Amino acid sequence: MQNQIGAPKQRLSLSDPKVRAWLFQIITIVAVVSLGWYLFHNTQTNLQHRGITSGFGFLERSAGFGIAQHLIDYTESDSYSRVFVIGLLNTLLVTFIGVILATLLGFIIGVSRLSSNWVLNKLATVYIEVFRNIPPLLQILFWYFAVFLTMPGPRNSHNFGDTFFVSSRGLNMPAAIASAGFWPFVISVVLAIVAIVLMARWATKRFEETGVPFHKFWVGLALFLVIPAVCALIFGAPVHWEVPKLQGFNFVGGWVLIPELLALTLALTIYTAAFIAEIVRSGIKSVSHGQTEAARSLGLRNGPTLRKVIIPQALRVIIPPLTSQYLNLAKNSSLAAGIGYPEMVSLFAGTVLNQTGQAIEVIAITMSVYLAISISISLLMNWYNKRIALIER
Amino acid sequence: MSSHTFKPDMPPPSNSIGAVAWMRANMFSSWLNTLLTLFAFYLIYLIIPPLLHWAFLDANWVGTTRADCTKSGACWVFIQQRFGQFMYGYYPPELRWRVDLTVWLAVLGVAPLFIPRVPRKAIYGLGFLVLYPIIAFTLLRGGYLGLDNVATTEWGGLMLTLVIATVGIAGALPLGIMLALGRRSNMPAVKVVCVTFIEFWRGVPLITVLFMSSVMLPLFLPEGMNFDKLLRALIGVILFQSAYVAEVVRGGLQAIPKGQYEASAAMGLGYWRSMGLVILPQALKLVIPGIVNTLIALFKDTSLVIIIGLFDLLNSVKQAGADPKWLGMATEGYVFAATVFWIFCFSMSRYSMHLERKLDTGHKR
Repeated sequence: MQNQIGAPKQRLSLSDPKVRAWLFQIITIVAVVSLGWYLFHNTQTNLQHRGITSGFGFLERSAGFGIAQHLIDYTESDSYSRVFVIGLLNTLLVTFIGVILATLLGFIIGVSRLSSNWVLNKLATVYIEVFRNIPPLLQILFWYFAVFLTMPGPRNSHNFGDTFFVSSRGLNMPAAIASAGFWPFVISVVLAIVAIVLMARWATKRFEETGVPFHKFWVGLALFLVIPAVCALIFGAPVHWEVPKLQGFNFVGGWVLIPELLALTLALTIYTAAFIAEIVRSGIKSVSHGQTEAARSLGLRNGPTLRKVIIPQALRVIIPPLTSQYLNLAKNSSLAAGIGYPEMVSLFAGTVLNQTGQAIEVIAITMSVYLAISISISLLMNWYNKRIALIER
Repeated sequence: MSSHTFKPDMPPPSNSIGAVAWMRANMFSSWLNTLLTLFAFYLIYLIIPPLLHWAFLDANWVGTTRADCTKSGACWVFIQQRFGQFMYGYYPPELRWRVDLTVWLAVLGVAPLFIPRVPRKAIYGLGFLVLYPIIAFTLLRGGYLGLDNVATTEWGGLMLTLVIATVGIAGALPLGIMLALGRRSNMPAVKVVCVTFIEFWRGVPLITVLFMSSVMLPLFLPEGMNFDKLLRALIGVILFQSAYVAEVVRGGLQAIPKGQYEASAAMGLGYWRSMGLVILPQALKLVIPGIVNTLIALFKDTSLVIIIGLFDLLNSVKQAGADPKWLGMATEGYVFAATVFWIFCFSMSRYSMHLERKLDTGHKR
């Protein structure tokens, strides 16, 4: 309309929000780019002056140091890239064990915190308040220096039924050595799982069509026990156990969990479980009591009420913060640098960095590994979260 | 007239009142509960008596050397002898009054903010925020006004822990608020920069950040320009923490009803004035508990500076435990450090819960 009357031509003016937005963004981009260029330039000159050649060629060189724990074969002549893989695997190992144990412990304590049992309730409260307010690094150092390193040596180790031994060298336990029936056993377990899935599908379908319930859990359990057992009877035992034996000053045979790993997993589990417990408690409390009453009035008993009404609704509240706790655990596993457990940070960003002096490359690789772990855990959890959220009406 | 007198009320059955009834209801209501109670008591029995014996009954309280610790319990003599180191690190003993004075000034300076009747708190608080860091820095580091210079390498103990935590949060707050505003901005370029920055720092562990600031920062800067170790650690901590503060503040910004944004726009306020006068005052009030929580996390995280060789409380304890004169005292040291950390974190978390209740003035819908 205005144009018809002959409005003044649009001119660029600072009081126009659009112009200002453009200006502001251009300034931001220029600032970021020039800061990046400045840092890059400084780094280039500094590296030249110090005579450090950048690049990832160092990864192929031979490392030449021993590592206390490696999940894959390793000798001192192996390359730095193999050291990197070992560090990564050790990080993932701690994260994996820690996530499982912390979830279990956290759920138990979170439920205890809601229990009507006064003693249990208070015990859980004390646990949460004590352990979440002490820095995780301090807990790791405590378990390592004050508990595991002060244990008696292998000769006077704490003996649990002549099969498990706890000493200052860590936990010695029987090793499972694969024997003749191993692969048939693995195949039979896979078969059992397939059978259970098929059975569950059939049972659900029948339940939806006819309303006749089916004891999915018990039949599933039976399938899971019977199929592998029959297989073991036919092909022989899948594994035999190699029990550690004291020979001279140390144990021979069996598996050994080094004290660094024990201290790290224990401390991280205890620390993270305190947070998970609070998350579980608030999640369960977020389901209103009316839901329980409604389930009761429909004639559901305790078990089904919990499984079909309370938990699905509570999980929706629990999952997002639980994810960030898992992420924290993965990131906190880097605290192993304080006790020298050979994971990403202490092994790669510590030892390898010191030996090669390739600070930029090493730190960049380390950071991208953690970023990748973070992003993949959150993607996984987002997917799960979406699946759960679909139940919502 | 025959008067009818009622019999006096019978007392309630003895098993429905008093301690017995309470115990029946809260500890032994079913066989499962009874079992759990017994299990809990067993756990308490396993933990508490040995702990009491170790920490108090059989502990050694007086003496000067390790030889004085004759009883089987904890040797608190160690803590007593090394208390100065745990609190001040290697700060020269004759100058430690300066640290004490800094702390007292902080306590006295902050106190009026907590008294409801004091007028003009905003102006006073702002003045305190500007003046105090200058005074504190002068007092701690010295070098001016006839005060002897104490290099930051000599700082340590609880004092260093507090310095890192307070400087970290004070530096992270303004940066975090800017980042949060940037993340909610309509300008794509600004938004992308802020989101990348925030997600990057939130995705990596603090240890790698400290490694980076101690190893890579010297490479990033022009030759000859060199920071001391503490400042490098502080830069790392501030950058790292600002990302977490930004996410907390963003939560607050999102909780402000859209009507507030629209109302301030309708009043003709520009972006900065509508943020500064309308949105941020409300949003920041909402997120104070969240910020206290990030402060707690930061306080716990300060212990990581051990990795780059700064002597905070935890590292002082670790060092003292490695002293040949006091071998085998690691447990006492760690228990002491844990207690100190716990007192700080626990009181902060209680305070944050108190704030949450006090500030809950009906924004939740």
